[in-house]
Amino acid sequence: MIAGFLALYIFMLAAFTGYEIIARVPVILHTPLMSGSNFVHGIVLVGAMVALGHAGTPAEVTIGVIAVLLSAGNVAGGYVVTERMLEMFKTSKTTQGEKK
Amino acid sequence: MTLPAWMPTVVEAVYFIAAVLFIWGLKRMSSPRTARRGIVWAGIGMAAAILVTFLLPGLHNLVPMAIAIVAGVALSWWVGRRVAMTAMPQMVALFNGMGGGAAAAIGAVELIRFNRRFLAIPDTFPIQPEAWVAQTTVHLGAVELSLAFLGVLIGAISFTGSLIAFAKLQGWMDRRFVFPLQRWINLAIFAGAMVCGVLALIAGVEGHPFAWGLLIGFVVLSLVFGIAMTLPIGGADMPVVISMYNAFTGLAVAFEGFVLQNEAMIIAGMVVGAAGTLLTQLMAKAMNRSLANVLFGNFGGGGGEAQEIGGSMKPIDAADAAVMMAYAERVAIVPGYGMAVAQAQHKIWEFAKLLIDRGVKVKFAIYPVAGRMPGHMNVLLAEAGVPYDLIADMDDINPEFPNTDVALVIGANDVVNPEARTDPNSPIYGMPILDVAAAKNVIVIKRGRGKGFAGIENALFYADNARMLYGDGQAAANELIQGLKTLDT
Repeated sequence: MIAGFLALYIFMLAAFTGYEIIARVPVILHTPLMSGSNFVHGIVLVGAMVALGHAGTPAEVTIGVIAVLLSAGNVAGGYVVTERMLEMFKTSKTTQGEKK
Repeated sequence: MTLPAWMPTVVEAVYFIAAVLFIWGLKRMSSPRTARRGIVWAGIGMAAAILVTFLLPGLHNLVPMAIAIVAGVALSWWVGRRVAMTAMPQMVALFNGMGGGAAAAIGAVELIRFNRRFLAIPDTFPIQPEAWVAQTTVHLGAVELSLAFLGVLIGAISFTGSLIAFAKLQGWMDRRFVFPLQRWINLAIFAGAMVCGVLALIAGVEGHPFAWGLLIGFVVLSLVFGIAMTLPIGGADMPVVISMYNAFTGLAVAFEGFVLQNEAMIIAGMVVGAAGTLLTQLMAKAMNRSLANVLFGNFGGGGGEAQEIGGSMKPIDAADAAVMMAYAERVAIVPGYGMAVAQAQHKIWEFAKLLIDRGVKVKFAIYPVAGRMPGHMNVLLAEAGVPYDLIADMDDINPEFPNTDVALVIGANDVVNPEARTDPNSPIYGMPILDVAAAKNVIVIKRGRGKGFAGIENALFYADNARMLYGDGQAAANELIQGLKTLDT
């Protein structure tokens, strides 16, 4: 059980971690970075599963299914798109290697 | 199904490893060399976290859950595989909106369950009677309730706002919707959402039946506010808005993670929230705007008379331009989004390769927010096969322009306009630019004599060292290639 100030510390440390990591990412990777962080918040799927798993009334189940559906789309789409973009980044050495 | 008592510990451990992998994966994005491996590791962490969640005790509705996961993953995977690289910004907006909507929906479910605790439960309810037992263990304190409330608010705004951003970038909604008193109406919607939400919380705590109606009102008004807030913002500002909504979704996920006592959600959501905030700031700065100005301002309004531009535009034909670059020592190619629209990146790279084979030192100079998203142009060039070590960003290339023999501008306009440095009355004054005008010669490939995205005259085109090569980007690039080839024969 996390509560009170412990949670506040987690919030704070995670925020600084995010800020520091991203500050070092070069401009050329900003689009993959945005879609990569978009993928990371796809972890919301785990929460959606828990919410749906505890849902009882039809209204809750309906909203829960919507949550799972949307977050599953978020996580898969975010991953595919990011991976596709990063795959294309090559240096002159690797491209020349392919020619030979 | 009975599970061993140590199962929750295993689940917690996997969540922890997933959180480590997320941070590590994002960290590896600091270099294009390691970035891809990083995202794969983050993906493994994600898959493990999702699978292990099925092992949590007391979960119901497993069948609809599995179906929804498979359907969501399959659909997004299919779309994500096929979408063109030029359409990447709206895809990110769409996927981000889905995450925000999910976070809002989780918060809504939790609030509904909270409200329900006073109600008599009908025995005839068909779905899963034992699920009712689970809800008795729910205990939401004041902090959890407030965060659930904030998560719904922010997530819902991110959801509908991102969908509008998607529609605008996709070209389904070209107009900006501006009407009188818009800001006040938006403010009223927001205030209405807040009032409904707070009253819903109070009524919910006291077990008052009004809580249901207020809760619905709260969710609906939050969704409407996301739309209302995004409608007046122009397409050019969408990158900033998408990045902001990305941060919003991260925050909403972190808040709902707290409500559900899920550390992986808290950490991942918070990291994304902070990262998104930073990216949003960087972007707004690169566009010479404050975030408030993007959200509430109108571009180009006010300001004095623009300076008169002296001189005339001097045309050049492709053969001469090709010769000029063939015998240059250093050439800088400055592509803008117009190049991507004309699908000219492959031809331009072919041309650049011919120059490189002749011993010319070629570099690509990229403006930080070139394209429709920061770094979008880098992705488009990477797709065309341009190695990233030939690509220089603004701070690196600007000092090199005075030593550059030819700067070839294709599809870029406002970001090379020297008035951003010289004319205090210009709407783009103070915006950092690529200092192309400092190069010995400038060749601008341009479709016609029109103005740029911001509707501003470009002094660069009238400069003494500038020559205009009129034509469609792809056709012009083709002519340049032909020009080089005739040189060799």
